[in-house]
Amino acid sequence: MSTASNRPGPPLWLLAELTYRCPLHCVFCYNPVDYAAQPDELSTADWMRVLREGRELGAVQCGLSGGEPLLRDDLEEIVAEAHRLGYYTNLLTSGVGLTAERAGALKAAGLDHVQLSFQDSTREMNDFLSHTKTFELKNRVAKIIKDQGWPMVMNVVIHRLNIDHIDRIIGMAAELGAEYIELANTQYYSWAFVNRAQLLPTHEQLQRAEAVTDAWRQKLGDRMRIFFVAPDYHEGKAKKCVNGWGSMFLTVAPDGTALPCHTAKMLPGLAFPNVRDMPLREVWFESEGFNRYRGTGWMKEPCVSCEHKEEDLGGCRCQAFLIAQDAEAADPVCRKSPHHGQVLAAVAKAEAEARTRVTEHPLVFRDPKESRRLAEAASAAQATAKAVRSWPASA
Amino acid sequence: MTPASVASQPRVGHGFRLQWEPVQSAHVLLYPEGMVKLNGSAGEIMKRCDGQRSVGEIVADLEQAFSVQGLQGDVLAFVEMAAKQRWLVWD
Repeated sequence: MSTASNRPGPPLWLLAELTYRCPLHCVFCYNPVDYAAQPDELSTADWMRVLREGRELGAVQCGLSGGEPLLRDDLEEIVAEAHRLGYYTNLLTSGVGLTAERAGALKAAGLDHVQLSFQDSTREMNDFLSHTKTFELKNRVAKIIKDQGWPMVMNVVIHRLNIDHIDRIIGMAAELGAEYIELANTQYYSWAFVNRAQLLPTHEQLQRAEAVTDAWRQKLGDRMRIFFVAPDYHEGKAKKCVNGWGSMFLTVAPDGTALPCHTAKMLPGLAFPNVRDMPLREVWFESEGFNRYRGTGWMKEPCVSCEHKEEDLGGCRCQAFLIAQDAEAADPVCRKSPHHGQVLAAVAKAEAEARTRVTEHPLVFRDPKESRRLAEAASAAQATAKAVRSWPASA
Repeated sequence: MTPASVASQPRVGHGFRLQWEPVQSAHVLLYPEGMVKLNGSAGEIMKRCDGQRSVGEIVADLEQAFSVQGLQGDVLAFVEMAAKQRWLVWD
């Protein structure tokens, strides 16, 4: 990775995950399921240094996310420094805690843009859209965003339990005056993977949702742009995850772990550096964690001889690990993957459950208690795996 | 917005920010969660779009700065394209 020809470009996107704390309990959250076991957070001074080092490397976009970033009371300070350094600053928030006063302070600090996610703030998943409290909150926050002159991007994570309300969702976004709305089909990692059987939509639901989306596009034209992020489980096609491992994204987790994507920490046997111990330049160009899956050199079959390998770069490493238990496998959503059957089976199971309305497991809500339970279950499983692996050697 | 003409006084659109990036040796246009890397001529045009100068003045300035003639057609075409993308606006 040191020759000029394959030296990676700058990490254009720096995602600062300021905290895993969050007032919401979303069942599709992409924060690690064991987040509650990682309570340590970087200090304000650490973040200032990370921002400076990122900018020196050429980062231009700074995402401030979480958890709920508004829970950090140094958010204004962090925004001000990011702005001073020349980043385009994006706040990714649920809007919970965004008062007019706080919005004014963030604007004064130089915040460029707010992405408001349309998440559920109640545990009543099925009727959250008709829930007046949710609507009132989003309505109030949308007005605050508009009053500050920020362009408003709304983000809605789509899944089986809300996809049939997509008409209402788009209508609401248009009514609130959003410039863009992103309808993001759930990506099945972390909490969403735990809840996959309940969240995967059916093919029929997806087709209906796309038709509704197209009708709105016709109706609204340029007034509001609608992005529909296709669900890779249903497409049979791998996506070029984070535009290529270590090619432009650099995520810093709340505890300072530097990651090529916000879920990569789940990959076993891969050491990711911490920004407390390593300068960002070394993290980006030299660290094993960032170099491991850059380019195509790490691939095996069917990727290595595939004509599409440069287009999708083998898809997502986390998905390969979650489904095939092998981070170097082809992304199992790809039709050519030997593990694709498992993806088809998951979709088929979801179709069956949607038909019968019988689910095997209840939804698991993201909260500290469930997180500790999942962390303990994972470490118990790891201990078992270790014992099984070491048994023949010691025998 | 009126069609682009030599009298238009374009400025960078709401929510966009234009800046020079030394690491990329290019002007870039930043917007919510995105970036457009501009080529040399696009960067030279856009950095002159301050809402004060007219397209005619920008053309004259560019022709003088680069010792060339006949840029008006190219500049107008770029300004029109940029307006479609909302990179540039004028009254």
